[in-house]
Amino acid sequence: MTTDIAVDCRTCPAYNAAALKKLGMNVEEADYIIALAGNPNTGKSTVFNALTGLRQHVGNWPGKTVARAEGGLIFNDNQYKLVDLPGTYSLLSTSTDEEIARDFLLFGQPSVTVVVVDATRLERNLNLTLQILEITESVVVALNLIDEAQRHGIEVNERQLSRQLGVPVIPMVARRKQGIPELLQAIEAVAKGDYVTRPHRTRQYDTRLEKALEAMVQTIEQTYPDLPNPRWVALRLLDGDASIEEAIREHRLGDLSRGKSVVPIADTISLEVVS
Amino acid sequence: MTLTLDQLKIGQEAVITKLVCTGITRRRMMDLGILPGTHLQAEFISPLGDPIAYRVREALIALRHEQASQIEMILVEESEV
Amino acid sequence: MNAQTDILQTAKHFQKELGEEYHDKVVEAIYADAARIADNCVSRDAQKAKLNFDTALDKALTHPIGGFLVMGLMFFIVFWLTISGANIPSQILADLLLDKAYYGLHGIATALSAPDWLSGFLIDGVYLATAWVVAVMLPPMAIFFPLFTLLEDFGYLPRVAFNLDKLFARTGAHGKQSLSMMMGFGCNAAGVISTRIIDSPRERLIAIITNNFSICNGRWPTLILIGTIFISSTAPPILASFVAALSVVAIAVLGIVTTLLVSWGLSKTWLKGETSVFSLELPPYRPPQILQTLYTSVIDRTAIVLWRAVQMAAPAGAVIWLISNIYLGDVSIAGYLVNFLNPLGLLLGMNGVILLAYIVAIPANEIVIPTILMLTLTLGSNIVGAQSGVILELENTQVYTVLTQVGGWTLLTAVNLMLFTLLHNPCSTTILTIWNETKNRKWTLIASLLPVALGLIVTFSTATLYRLFM
Ligand SMILES: Nc1nc2c(ncn2[C@@H]2O[C@H](COP(=O)(O)OP(=O)(O)OP(=O)(O)O)[C@@H](O)[C@H]2O)c(=O)[nH]1
Ligand SMILES: [Mg+2]
Repeated sequence: MTTDIAVDCRTCPAYNAAALKKLGMNVEEADYIIALAGNPNTGKSTVFNALTGLRQHVGNWPGKTVARAEGGLIFNDNQYKLVDLPGTYSLLSTSTDEEIARDFLLFGQPSVTVVVVDATRLERNLNLTLQILEITESVVVALNLIDEAQRHGIEVNERQLSRQLGVPVIPMVARRKQGIPELLQAIEAVAKGDYVTRPHRTRQYDTRLEKALEAMVQTIEQTYPDLPNPRWVALRLLDGDASIEEAIREHRLGDLSRGKSVVPIADTISLEVVS
Repeated sequence: MTLTLDQLKIGQEAVITKLVCTGITRRRMMDLGILPGTHLQAEFISPLGDPIAYRVREALIALRHEQASQIEMILVEESEV
Repeated sequence: MNAQTDILQTAKHFQKELGEEYHDKVVEAIYADAARIADNCVSRDAQKAKLNFDTALDKALTHPIGGFLVMGLMFFIVFWLTISGANIPSQILADLLLDKAYYGLHGIATALSAPDWLSGFLIDGVYLATAWVVAVMLPPMAIFFPLFTLLEDFGYLPRVAFNLDKLFARTGAHGKQSLSMMMGFGCNAAGVISTRIIDSPRERLIAIITNNFSICNGRWPTLILIGTIFISSTAPPILASFVAALSVVAIAVLGIVTTLLVSWGLSKTWLKGETSVFSLELPPYRPPQILQTLYTSVIDRTAIVLWRAVQMAAPAGAVIWLISNIYLGDVSIAGYLVNFLNPLGLLLGMNGVILLAYIVAIPANEIVIPTILMLTLTLGSNIVGAQSGVILELENTQVYTVLTQVGGWTLLTAVNLMLFTLLHNPCSTTILTIWNETKNRKWTLIASLLPVALGLIVTFSTATLYRLFM
């Protein structure tokens, strides 16, 4: 292995052939499962391809990816399984086209969730990011499309963003593979617990709501003391989320705390036929 | 008289005051970032007259007349912008 | 009472207390946070923001007249480039694969003194069908896919959906159906899968059933070839490739019209119901990466589609050779089948050969044209001296001669073949995909048979009209 001091990131330690090995589709037993989530059209599949060497279809319109895709890589001797998810605007609604992503984030128990964010539309992307931070604390934000942001005269202060969200923020141009080594390092740090995140949680709902939430959290914790995200479960139950109600009724919610992947995750959306 | 979003002319700006729609439709709108207090602008219209594309929180969202008429708004005057 | 029902009941209790506004409040709080954080972290260069190239472009591409003009022009240019660009490489490939390699293989077979039936079956059947498919399909695909991918990467397709949306709204279909339709122009199976972006089951079914009216990879070559050989011969040579491109665009547009009509019909009959909420995010224009696009679309799309075609062509070539070389009495099996199908074929303004070719080509539409040619040659009087079951290498002008003189083709035959290419059953892969996506026998059957029924009606009508007035 050569050790020349090159600026090209392909030769830097984080990216060199020993550290990163793209595995394509060969993932049997992964040490970590990494989910790629985010709004539609933010470059999730582009990041996925850059990391796995696979060629998921990418295209400039929201909704290009409709099914979950999986791939793998080895980084610093650990095997990672990557899951590319369809884009979602929110985890709060109940639309079926967003079901795959929603279910995987909640029940699939990824070790780290990478939220791919469009730097040119930060506010709307943060909406989803904040929701994901309610579910899990193992999050890395990939601040993608930096080149487009520059073209439009938009600058995002990633340090500030990282401080406010309490998770690593990696600026990237996924299409040119810029930021990929840094992203890998951040994923590794969060997965191994070297980077302790302090996820931002939204807490200024009105008092009546906050009280109800607290009461719900207590009820839930009595039965499921180890649940990683009782507050989110409470939030969703108050909203009448059918998939969570079902998980409770079928005693699947308990598995969440035991770190099992719980879902028979649907790869096809069932079509109830009318008439 | 309350104005609804479909009355917004191209180039005009508005602030949403109320979503009249309920259920799934309402949630869809909110997912897209259209909720009371949101500032938006009508950008351009389909050659066939419907839908219209609005600039909402940096993104372009096309809504059909039917949906826009269920969203109440107040106009933002040019000078205030 | 167990703990689970306890939780659910507590939730129900609070739901009543908090009421409808609950959801709104949660969403509002999160958005407020998001806005605050974004505000803290984003700074804008006011001058650059003013340079609003994207908005200007959008205004032009959605202009009442300009919008449609650009749309037509864009697709016309894509097909014209495909047709005129594919011509020469097609000839070169044909020369290489169908002439040099073909005789080379026969030479080897003779040297090995292989029995005639074996070399016939392998070389004249399997090899030639495969080689034909490659020669016919590869060049247009290698041009068409990158061009189409560039349009997609640039962000143009959602604008097309935006421009056409009102038409879809009128038919009672979902606004995003125009997007799945655009995907179908590449491959119907992919188009059917992409209907998952449609949330409502009713509208999704409409989108699935009508996806077949988007002309796919397998059918472009047939249209392009017939357009090039027949339709262009109605125009002076300079305009030939323009007219050919126009005829292909016309069929594609007819496909869109059919999509709209059938959607309308379905939502008035079997799939009645409300149109659901429509919202479409128009992505920002992003400069496409030209080289990357070229690379991936050639590697991914072209190679995959071609490989599939080759897999289908090889066994089909074998079948063609067998049915033309196994004789029952004086007539080959192919001969019987063609004679049997001929009356129906002629009624539809085509002939028995074309129908038989479509049956042989059910697994893959790509091989329709080679099959037609071969069967025509075998069964017609042998003016170009082909052996039975051999697909010969032919120049476009020769193909024209063969089809008109041996096959008895007219302009009507060509037009109706193009129409039938648009309106017939989806390929086997697509049917399988429809089944996977719907898990419903009835809808899979309808989606497979409805287009054929339409095809029969339409070609019968044009044939009847032609006979009445020409
Ligand atoms: N300029 C630029 N374009 C990018 C970048 N990353 C991705 N893109 C482009 O953005 C578009 C969307 O990328 P995808 O990877 O398909 O996005 P996605 O998030 O998977 O989209 P969905 O599957 O629809 O949710 C494609 O045209 C990419 O080429 C980037 O860093 N810079
Ligand atoms: Mg994707």
